Amino acid sequence: MSGAAPFGPGAARTGAIVGDGAAIRARFGLGWPGFRLDVDLALPGRGVIALFGHSGSGKTTLLRCLAGLERAADGYLAVRGELWQDESQRLFVPTHRRPLGYVFQEASLFAHLTVRRNLEFGLKRVPAASRRIPLDQAIALLGIEPLLARLPGRLSGGERQRVAIARALATSPRLLLMDEPLAALDVKRKQEILPYLERLHAELDIPVIYVSHAPEEVARLADHVVLLADGRALAAGPIGEVMARLDLPFAHDEDAFVVIDARVAAHDDAYALTRLEFAGLPLWVPGLGAPVASRVRARVLARDVSLALSERHDSSILNVLPARVVSLDEADPGRTLVCLDVAGTALLARITRRSAAQLGIVPGRDVYAQVKGVALLR
Amino acid sequence: MAIDAAGLAAIRLTLELAAVTTAVLLVVGTPIAWWLARTGSRWKGVVGAVVALPLVLPPTVIGFYLLVALGPHGPVGQLTQALGLGLLPFTFAGLVVGSVFYSLPFVVQPLQNAFEAIGERPLEVAATLRAGAIDTFFSVVLPLARPGFVTATILGFAHTVGEFGVVLMIGGNIPEKTRVVSVQIYDHVEALEYAEAHWLSAGMLVFSFVVLLALYGRKKEVVR
Repeated sequence: MSGAAPFGPGAARTGAIVGDGAAIRARFGLGWPGFRLDVDLALPGRGVIALFGHSGSGKTTLLRCLAGLERAADGYLAVRGELWQDESQRLFVPTHRRPLGYVFQEASLFAHLTVRRNLEFGLKRVPAASRRIPLDQAIALLGIEPLLARLPGRLSGGERQRVAIARALATSPRLLLMDEPLAALDVKRKQEILPYLERLHAELDIPVIYVSHAPEEVARLADHVVLLADGRALAAGPIGEVMARLDLPFAHDEDAFVVIDARVAAHDDAYALTRLEFAGLPLWVPGLGAPVASRVRARVLARDVSLALSERHDSSILNVLPARVVSLDEADPGRTLVCLDVAGTALLARITRRSAAQLGIVPGRDVYAQVKGVALLR
Repeated sequence: MAIDAAGLAAIRLTLELAAVTTAVLLVVGTPIAWWLARTGSRWKGVVGAVVALPLVLPPTVIGFYLLVALGPHGPVGQLTQALGLGLLPFTFAGLVVGSVFYSLPFVVQPLQNAFEAIGERPLEVAATLRAGAIDTFFSVVLPLARPGFVTATILGFAHTVGEFGVVLMIGGNIPEKTRVVSVQIYDHVEALEYAEAHWLSAGMLVFSFVVLLALYGRKKEVVR
């Protein structure tokens, strides 16, 4: 039913087993006047992978190629050991034979079916033996129990997207594709859905490829980032690394930040503080409700990090971390952006160029990073 | 009763013809409308124009060419004879064929509009939910296009009831076989039987008005 011919000569040969069974290999080349997508990616077969870029960068086209909604003339796609497309042998598994879930940007519920019937639409087309996510679990995960009898026309935008996500999950996909599922929603609705997406991440072992142009969404949800521009992948890697790379646009944003995945180590009830731990280092944050040993993700803005040459104990700043300068960016006449290595974790600091010169900040130098603020993302 | 036996026979025949024609049109018109709504082919314009021809051609022209084609020396006529079906002109089957051509745009165009209004997205959504092309057509397209099907059915039926020229050309005027209401009225007027003509004409008028009222008075179905 897709725009590209869904029934290629290779359509019958589905699910050949190939290569690295854990990862996603994707190579697509296609274009039309004024646009060309040309990517060759090796992505992890787990966690949330964000496709990040401006509009027109090819994010959605890439996602549609992954789904088989577009057929790249030059295409290869293997998902966790199953071959879905290989044009060199004219193999193309049509969308409806791919065990994937797809959440579109705007409401895409079938208007003629109730919420329950929408949820069952995909479920009943999946063989019983392949069902791994019970409908009840999908309903509970997205909190849509009270909506089941309603028609899509009577739902809010946020409710519709939650139903659309549950509908995709109910097919027990081996890969979940989401095309800016929050873009059409206002801030309040976004806040309403984000926790559900995080639960998805925490409770289900399904790789999610998530298209977004909002850095805060990416920071909150993604484990792995692919940065796209003009149909090409500028960079791909774990979020902690990509966000801190000085050669990429992220680090140059006014609100540039890095994310740190940490563990709750202890609560200090006397001072209402919580001690997190990452790479063996402590990170103090305002008291959390999260239990000890749970995983959290923290965000540190580049402008909230300053540098010192000694580990001072006469300052009010709680978090002082030993770091090594990795690289500098001095393109701005007044401010220098410093990329730091803190026991293997990347950190960004934005300081004045004058300070950088006075302290002698050069690559390889050992310094102390004073972190003025840490925000918890999840 | 002011409508005589011949009149009742004509009414029955007319309704039968309209019912059979509408059924055939829905079966034939749906794939044509689907193709017209979805295709990027350069033949789209040509096919669309051919389907719309009955809107502008005098019915006598359609009837004339059908008569030629279905007649003993026409290609279709020779085919039907070879198949042992005999000749279609001046039979009920011939009337159905003529009516199908004549009412085709009234069924195809509402369906095409309905299919176009559905757009690409629901089809893609269905594909990501494991529904193949045929499955999607029946489980998504047909229900979403339901208002279009209602319109097409009403228009196809009503337009067939109202035809005259094509029927006269290829059906002739055989009582209980091809003499439909419009032809019967014509006969009455020719014979200066104005009272009988009045009854049938008024009946047609009321019928047509009720049908159109049903069509335009329908509450807009709320979809979405």
